[in-house]
Amino acid sequence: MATTALHPAARTYRSTLYEWVTTTDHKKIGVMYLINSFIFFFIGGLLALGVRSELAQPGLQFVTDQVYNELFTMHATFMIFLFIIPILAGFGNFIVPLHIGAPDVAFPRINALSLWLLPMAGLLLLLSFFTGQAPAAGWTSYSPLAQDRPLGSVGPGQDLWIVAVVLVGTSSILGAVNFLVTIFKMRAPGMTLFRMPIMVWTVLVTSVLGLLATPVLTSALIMLFIDRNFGGAFFDPRNGGDAILYQNVFWFYSHPAVYIMVLPAMGIISEVLPVFSRKPLFGYKAFVFATAAIGALGFSVWAHHMFTTGAVYLPFFSLMTFLIAVPTGVKMFNWIFTMWRGQLVLSTPLLFALGFLSMFLIGGINGAFSAAVPVDFALHDTYWVVAHLHYVLFGGSVFGVMAGLYYWFPKMTGRMLSEGLGKIQFVLMFIGFNLTFFPMHQLGLAGMPRRIADYSSTAGWNDLNLLATIGGFTIAASMIPLLWNIFVSLRSGKPAGDDPWEGNTLEWATTSPPPPYNFDHLPEIRSERPLFDQRHGHAAPAATAVVPQSASTSH
Amino acid sequence: MATDSHALTPQDHSPVAGLAHDERGGISNVVLGMLLFITSEVMFFAGLFAAYFNVRANAPQWPPINAETGEAFHLEILPLVGPATVLLILSSFTCQFAVWAIRRGDRTAFLRNIGVTFAIGVTFLIMQGIDYTILYSEGVTLGSGTFGTTYFTLTGFHGAHVFGGAIMLGVVLYRGLAGQFSARHHDAVEAVSLYWHFVDVVWILLFSLLYLLPGKSPAGV
Repeated sequence: MATTALHPAARTYRSTLYEWVTTTDHKKIGVMYLINSFIFFFIGGLLALGVRSELAQPGLQFVTDQVYNELFTMHATFMIFLFIIPILAGFGNFIVPLHIGAPDVAFPRINALSLWLLPMAGLLLLLSFFTGQAPAAGWTSYSPLAQDRPLGSVGPGQDLWIVAVVLVGTSSILGAVNFLVTIFKMRAPGMTLFRMPIMVWTVLVTSVLGLLATPVLTSALIMLFIDRNFGGAFFDPRNGGDAILYQNVFWFYSHPAVYIMVLPAMGIISEVLPVFSRKPLFGYKAFVFATAAIGALGFSVWAHHMFTTGAVYLPFFSLMTFLIAVPTGVKMFNWIFTMWRGQLVLSTPLLFALGFLSMFLIGGINGAFSAAVPVDFALHDTYWVVAHLHYVLFGGSVFGVMAGLYYWFPKMTGRMLSEGLGKIQFVLMFIGFNLTFFPMHQLGLAGMPRRIADYSSTAGWNDLNLLATIGGFTIAASMIPLLWNIFVSLRSGKPAGDDPWEGNTLEWATTSPPPPYNFDHLPEIRSERPLFDQRHGHAAPAATAVVPQSASTSH
Repeated sequence: MATDSHALTPQDHSPVAGLAHDERGGISNVVLGMLLFITSEVMFFAGLFAAYFNVRANAPQWPPINAETGEAFHLEILPLVGPATVLLILSSFTCQFAVWAIRRGDRTAFLRNIGVTFAIGVTFLIMQGIDYTILYSEGVTLGSGTFGTTYFTLTGFHGAHVFGGAIMLGVVLYRGLAGQFSARHHDAVEAVSLYWHFVDVVWILLFSLLYLLPGKSPAGV
């Protein structure tokens, strides 16, 4: 076999950079997804600090109203379209083929295209700052706010925004096709659907959502583009159009997108919790069906963003919104009973998973309030909504991302991250997060509307806003131990070995980092925990004749 | 169990990821990928169709009055659109004949039928271009209210998909002329034919909607 290998010297004519830029290896592409997403995470974070700095005190200290609108619009755009959605796709990219025992994704070159569309989209968004006016109509870009005339966003910035988001959407669609074909067609022998790791299930459901919902957003944005540039009348009531139409088509994507942004994070912590509780996931099948139910119900709740328009059927969308809390509650039980009486190993990944559980729970509860129509009429467009969405997307998704980063960093790089620095980061982030966003509940109840640059000093909002700003900078500070941790680990981190966590799933059966073809050998796959079976299957060989079921299956 | 692992053999996996032929049988990766992509395209057109029905339902009469001419908008099936529709439906048949031919291994019939399909696709685009020119000369433009906006957006994006399909057919024709397809290896042909049928079905829906569906009179007339 040695004759088939290239001579080592043959590698030198290509630079490392060339190799990474041209690669179709799902692992390198996954890692580049993560790097790309973190760059835009930091840009989005800086914009958020701009928002918080302006709001720390009443009055306009740093920016004008116009610039403030640009700040929060671009903050949300970067965070949603170029951080959370892509970074979860990045984790999926790295881990799904490893989880199902495949050598790569089904369409590696399309995979590379999905990746490289993202930095292009990000650059277009950054360029919009140089067009005179960056997009300032909010990440939702409602019409007529996002129209040129008579009061909306002038200049080409909004058009660059549209093109960038369409590019991100195209990346999502191609990625979804890739994930689905990979999952349905490339599983290793023995890897039946109900033996797949939960992470793979969540990526599967996320891909279905992305496949069906993202093109509808594309159509909405294209109609907006035509209205802005070619005199179209889709959303212009003066010419027979309908402004509410935009909201319907936009939220038909953007509510499922909430599940696109959180389901893979749920998948990540569903991998972390069993490993660090030393127990199998409680209720595997219930979890799978709950995930599918969230995906299905996710398509029937979009208009709960539009209760106050008076143009939607309130009882239906309110009922569906309450209903979707049920499968989410099922998952909460899955996670809690996975930990119940487990031997908890309080490593950094578990801490972040616990952060996810507690913060996402709050996000779910305060979301259920807003599902009630009369309550929503009072809370709509207040800081309560800002608190809610950050508890779900930051307290949920970002904590999940951090859990995944600490969990899989050893597999990606072959080096362990420092536990000490990781815990410092967790504590800072947890405290900073709650300092920032918990007071926003109170601000919302006290009537503070979102998307304002200034507020009255006598409204009673001063102290809570200052607190939130301090929290925002604490979150920013928590990124320093993370970056330092990654920097130090890459240079001189402890070697990870193949399986530092005593994991259950197939990625721990290969080297860290895995070779380009992923696996030399696959363990036999007889449950959703093939590595557990491999480690402990020999524990009582004489007993196999007596208790074959309990030894070989766990569901 | 005596063995806890086994070597990965070519029987377990295709050695090259994304290889079209799966030893374990079933639908090929390429065809499944195309079907999923077509699903997303269906949802894209669903968004545009939803917009069309929305503005149509909100309008007091349909087709509405053209502000420039003072008369209701009017679309002609003849001389261009009707024949173009017949041609596009025919091309779906020739496309399928090509698929059946290459499944038999009959490359000559395959190339002939793909060539005809490609030619019809290009012809359709030319006829649509001429039709657009006529409409613009009559004052029906993208900017003339909801009627013009929805008409040109729907048919324009369909035309863009015909254009994309024609490029795919061109690639298949080129590769076919180079002898790259056989009875065993022709997944690209299967996938492109699926896409072409999809484009055809969208046009049948669009034609029914824009040209055949009766309009509505203004209330009280």
